[in-house]
Order: sequence, then structure tokens, then C-alpha cells
Amino acid sequence: MPDGTPESAPEILPGVAASSSDRRHSGDEAAIAAADGTPRVAAGGRAPSLAHILAPKVQSAIVRATGPGALSYRSRWALVLTIGVLFWALVLLVLVRVLRVFREAPEIGTLLAGKVLGLVCISFFMILLLSNVITSLSTFFLARDLDLLVSAPVDWLTLYLGKLTESAAHSSWMVALMAVPIFGAYGWVYEGGATFALVAIAAFLPFVIIPAVVGGAVTNVLVNVFPARRTRDILSVVTVLAAAGLVLLFRLLRPEKLARPEGLRSLVDFIALLRTPTSPFLPSDWVQRATMSSLFGQPDALSLYLLWSTAAAAIVVGALIHRSLYATGFTKAQESSQRWVRGRALQHAVSLVLHPIGVVRRELVLKELRVFFRDTTQWSQLILLAVLVVVYVFNVRFLPLSGAGVSFLLTNAIPFLNLGLAGFVLASIAARFIFPAVSMEGRTLWLLKSSPIAMRSLLWSKYWTGTLPLLVLALAIVGVTDALLHVSAFIFVVSVFTITLITLAVAGMALGLGTVFPQYETENAAQIPTSFGGLVFMMLSVGLVTTVVILEARPVYMYLRSAAFGGPTEVGEMALGFGLATLLCVAATLVPLYVARQRLELAEL
Amino acid sequence: MIELRALTKRYGSFTAVDAISLDVPRGQLFGFLGPNGAGKTTTLRMIAGILRPTSGTVRIKGIDIDVDPTAAKSVLGYIPDRPFIYDKLTGAEFLRFVAGLYGQDGALVERRMDELLALFDLTEWRDELVESYSHGMRQKLIISSALIHRPEVIVVDEPLVGLDPKAARILKDLFREYTRRGHTILMSTHTLAVAESVCDRIAIIHGGRIRAAGTMEEMYASVEAGAKGLEELFLRLTGERAARDLVEVLDA
Repeated sequence: MPDGTPESAPEILPGVAASSSDRRHSGDEAAIAAADGTPRVAAGGRAPSLAHILAPKVQSAIVRATGPGALSYRSRWALVLTIGVLFWALVLLVLVRVLRVFREAPEIGTLLAGKVLGLVCISFFMILLLSNVITSLSTFFLARDLDLLVSAPVDWLTLYLGKLTESAAHSSWMVALMAVPIFGAYGWVYEGGATFALVAIAAFLPFVIIPAVVGGAVTNVLVNVFPARRTRDILSVVTVLAAAGLVLLFRLLRPEKLARPEGLRSLVDFIALLRTPTSPFLPSDWVQRATMSSLFGQPDALSLYLLWSTAAAAIVVGALIHRSLYATGFTKAQESSQRWVRGRALQHAVSLVLHPIGVVRRELVLKELRVFFRDTTQWSQLILLAVLVVVYVFNVRFLPLSGAGVSFLLTNAIPFLNLGLAGFVLASIAARFIFPAVSMEGRTLWLLKSSPIAMRSLLWSKYWTGTLPLLVLALAIVGVTDALLHVSAFIFVVSVFTITLITLAVAGMALGLGTVFPQYETENAAQIPTSFGGLVFMMLSVGLVTTVVILEARPVYMYLRSAAFGGPTEVGEMALGFGLATLLCVAATLVPLYVARQRLELAEL
Repeated sequence: MIELRALTKRYGSFTAVDAISLDVPRGQLFGFLGPNGAGKTTTLRMIAGILRPTSGTVRIKGIDIDVDPTAAKSVLGYIPDRPFIYDKLTGAEFLRFVAGLYGQDGALVERRMDELLALFDLTEWRDELVESYSHGMRQKLIISSALIHRPEVIVVDEPLVGLDPKAARILKDLFREYTRRGHTILMSTHTLAVAESVCDRIAIIHGGRIRAAGTMEEMYASVEAGAKGLEELFLRLTGERAARDLVEVLDA
């Protein structure tokens, strides 16, 4: 940026502090003044409207969507739209197929369809609640525009509604996008028509408002008890634990057993179970009832009334809570979460272990480790990761690959194909932890760029701090699953070799593409993988893993066939398959890292 | 020690820095003055190797930063105008990290760190996370980090922003002493009184071009007669109409 580009907004207004230290004073006074219920309007001026408060957000979103990037915005949108439409089509078609089967079933078909929708809605509701609590913390207490808004003559109610809209939009867009093909499928199969579409929209709007209000209120109360940044830490861990618990619970229940009708004592029991509302006092149930009743020509006005009246009442109660608690909460939000650090002995030990790699690389690696493990929002994701690995191994443990009728071929072919699945899991983990690595340097990149380190060293430290744990995880997954499945020595060697290659390549692509498509302005690392670059990385990773599995499939099949039925093994063909897979992985590791180095060297901040 | 030759930086059709040529000899404290948007920060960021020039060259201690960036940067310390640093490191860890970037560690770094933290009243904060630091404390920490590896050249952008009077005084004295020992400092500032009191030479940049450069006496001599003090000189050279504009704004 050229010198003298527009200064940050807070510095323009008199009396509004720009620094975090000054913010404590001016922010507090302004918050109290704004929260006393009396609108503070500049002499001779009008209080800013809700639309005025939201306008910068909308304009920023437009600039982000149409602004410059690694690809032109038309290409970006074309790609996003193509993938979006494909995803929608997939969900729509699968659901339509399932619902058609339900529709054919007399008596229980409609009940089953309603039950499925109820489960979808309650899942949405839980996701929205969790998401809104986390988002509200940022929008109401940590956002950069708060100094400006709180110190400006903005009416407390306008501020509340503005921030509520922002939280609701940030938390709900993904759920709303998912809901379109789901409700679309119901409308299609049960021929709901335009009325159903209108009812679905009318039910869905209050459905996203209610959790937004609840999220805001919960956050407001929490911030009054704990400092905002500590609250964020607590919420990160609680959210991850809740998600991990749900995944574990769902998997350990082995829902596939429930799908077998012989597990139920009688049809009457089954129908009685289906007729029972999942949760009659939750908005998710009201949405299910409103939409399902509309599909069968008996509109349930009560459900819609309940949804809208609850949403309206929630906004009123939420506004009252905001009015009485926000000023104190905002003051507390300025406090820091953590001042002291622990684990000095461990740090010293790690430092000693890293001694042989030299001062520069050691300090870079130590910095990476410290920044990661001191950020609760980052390390807490490891809990979810551990649970996913447990679920993965659990799934493999219960694969029906033993007993009569299961051949040697199948016992060894399935673990080989399992490599592909492990590759996709590793790609998702790399997207979450390695892809954002360069973006997270963001505003501190000036320090690295102005110091005499080669960008190669920076990438080296980021690559290995991300890749080594990923490789350990990959080898553990493959080793444990291979052991559980009692595979042959050949398959064991092939799977360990392949997963190592895939891990190195996926990590290289994650770091490389994360550098080519940086998100320097994003503070939350969790949002970076969902960016356009993250999407490109995931697509390329899926392509790579699939290609590697295809290239190795023939040599593996030839070996297994010869081991099972006898006959020669084509050494040349095996060398070709494994050779090409190796070459591809080496290229996928080195090329993105090379491009990333070039980009970093030329990067201007 | 710092040589700029026809240094130019363009952003599309906008020219932020327009063929600047400048020499800062060893042992001098050189002031870089100019209004907002004049091109000061862009020039300093090119010298620090953060931005690449559109054309022209930057030489530090005779080394072209484009040809051998590592060698040129190893003798340089850069202090930016905005104190963005790693929130999750402690002050001491950050200083060790920066020293490490210059390949330095061990007892000498620890001793320098203790001295610098004590100088800027940060000793009791050394083991606390940077996220709990105020703006001014972060600025002091960044200044300390630019000195931890004892660079021969310091490029500093608006060093006094956010500093309390005591720290500002310490910094000015430190810079004077640093140049007295043969090191070189290029400092951009808006505080004309500071430039007037500590700088050996100054340059005034406006619209991406250097309008005047030299010692204070040379500057007065070069501008039309009647300019009294650096402020008036600055306003004449940069074509500002401060007083009239203010009246117009307040009456609007």
C-alpha cells in the first residue's frame, strides 16, 4: 500500500481512541453513555439507521467478492457456483431418491420423511446455536469496528440489531445454503409447489433469528462473568468437546443397527416412535410441523405463529439483556485473557532437541509451536481430530472382513482402497492446520520480510512443523487399521509407502496453495480453509489421492491375484504404477512449495 | 551507508515514489519529512526489503538489496510505524526470536535483551504475552527488537507515535548516541521539532519526490527568504495551506 492511504476510521473521529490501550478509557465511557438507554444524537443530526450501520459490512463483502485475487472474480465465482450447484444437485438427488422410497411405503413412509426432516432441523438448530454463540463473541465484543460504533452517537437498540444481524448472517449462511436442496427435495417429491416454498421460507427466517438472539444473550452473560478473550477460549474448548462428544456418541451407538426393522419389537412400536415429536418445545420441531403439514395440504398455522412470536419475543428479551449487560461486558472485553505462560521446562527441552537445525530454523519452529499451542482456538481442534481418528479406527474395526466367504483378495483390497479415504482425511486436516500457516503470519510478515532470512527457511519451518505431526498421524492410522485387518506384508509396505507419499504431497500442496491464495486479513484461522483457495486445495487433493490410488490399483491387484491364485507377477507394470505414483507425489510436494517460495519473495504487504 | 538511485514505486497508474535519489552517509541521523501520502513509508519499506521497487536501486552498505537481500538485510534494523507482532509470544521470546532471525543467540543476546527491556521499562513485562501489552509497550518492544542484533543501519518509521514522554526522550538520546558511535539512522517523522533537534540532515518529500535535502542551514538558504523555523519551511515546500483550510473547515 502506498504511504498515506486512508487512515483507520477510528483516528478520523475526535475523541475516539485508536489504540488498544486508549480504547479502555474512551470505549468504556462511550459504552456507558450509549447503553444508558438515551440515544446520543449529534446536535442537529439524525441517529444513524440500522441500514447505515450495516452498510460498511455489505460494501466490504462486495469488495471481497469482486476484488483482485489470484484469479479474476468472474473465474472465482464461476468455480464456486459450479461446485455449489454440483453439491446442491448431489444432495437434492440423493434425498429425492430416499424420499421416493419413503413415499412408496404405506403408513410409515410419510412419518419417516417427517422424522428425517425433524432430525435435520434439530441438527441445524444445534449448529446454529453453537455457531451463534461463537460468532456473537466476535461481533459484539471483539470486532475492530466496535470502538467506532460504541463511541459514536449510535442508539443502543440500533447497535444491538446491527450486531445481531451480522451474527445471524455469519452463523446461518451455510445452514441456509444446505437447507435449500433439502427443502427442495421435499417440495419436489411431495409436490409442495409455491405454497410450500413460501411456508418453508416463512418458517426458516424466524428459525435462524431465534438461535442468533440466544447466542448473543448467552455471550453477553458469559462476558460479564469472564473476560471476553477467556470466554472465547472456554467456548472454543466447549464447542469442540460438544462436537466431538456428538460424533462419538452417534458412532458408538452404531445407528446402522437401528435401520434394521428386525431390531424393533413390532410395527406398532415403530410407528409410535415415529409419531412422537423429537422435541415439541424447540423451534426445529415447529419448522418440521409447519413444512410437513403444508406438504399435505393441512397448513399448521400454530407452528408458524409459534416461530414468529418466539422470534419476536426473543429479540425483545435479547435487547433488554443487551441494554442492561452490554456496557459492563464491553468493558470486561478489553481485558486480556492470559498474561503468563507455562511449561518453561518443556520449551527448554524442545529448544535443546531443535538445537542441531541452526538458530534461524530453530527459532522459526519454536515460534510456530508457541503460537499454535497458546491459541486455544487452534489447539482445541486437536480434540476433534483425535475423536475423528477414533471414529475412523472404530469404523475399520467393525468392517465385516472376517468369517466365512471373505476372500484373501477382499481382506487385502479393502485396506488398500482405505488408503484413499485416509488420504481425504489427511487432506482435510492439512486444510485446517497447514493451509492457513502463511496467512496467519498476516500483519507480522513485515518482520520476516525485513530480516535476512530466506523465504525458503520460513517455508521449511512451516512445512515440517505441519507435516511431521501429520505423518505420525497418517502412519498411526494406516498402521493400526492394517494391524486390525491382518493384511499381508506386501499390502502393509505399500500402504505405509503410499500414505507417506500422499502426506508429504498433501502438506506441500496445502502450504503452497495457502501461500498462493493468502488471507492475510483474516484473524480466525478456522475461516481460512473455507476460502476460495481452500476449495482449490481440497479439489486438487482429492484429485491427487484418487489418481495415486488408481495408479497403484493395477499393480496391487496383480500382486493379490497372483498371491491368491498363483501365476506370474509383472514386475515392469508394478514398477510403472508405483513409479508414476511416486513421481506424481514428489511433483505435488515440490512444485507448490517452489511456487510458494517465488510468491513469498515477490509478496508486497 | 544508504544509497537510493532513481527509486520509483508505482501502484497501477499511481506513482507513490518518483525517482528518488538520496545518500545517507555513515554516522548520520537523517530525517525524512513529508505530509501524509507523500511516499515516506513506501520509501522506507523499499529500503527494508518489504516492497520491491518498480525501478531504481537501494544499496545498504554498498550491497544492492535486490541482488543480495540477505546480506543487505543482515546489517539493517527496521522499525515500522504500526506495531504488529506475535500476540502469543512473550516480550522476551519475541526478542530472542528476532535475534534468531539474524542468526544470533546465547548469552550475548540475553544480556542485550535485559539491557533493552530495562531501558524501556519493560523488564517486569518480559515474561508476559504481547497480547496484554499496550500500544506504546508494543512500540517499545519493536524498537528493542530492531536494536537486539546491533544493526549498522536503522530505518525507522514514525518512532515516537504512541510513546510516552520519557520513552520518547530515551529514544532520541539513544539515536543520538547510536549515530555518534558510527551507526546510521534514517527516520521518518511528522514531529518537526524532533527532526529539528536531533537530525543531522533532513529531506522533505512531497508527491513522491524530494523537494529539498540538506542540513537545516542549507534548507533555509535554499528556500525563498522569510521562512522562519522548520514548520514554515515545511509548509512552503509542501504547499500546505493549514491556516486557511482550518478556517474553511470549521465554518463549513
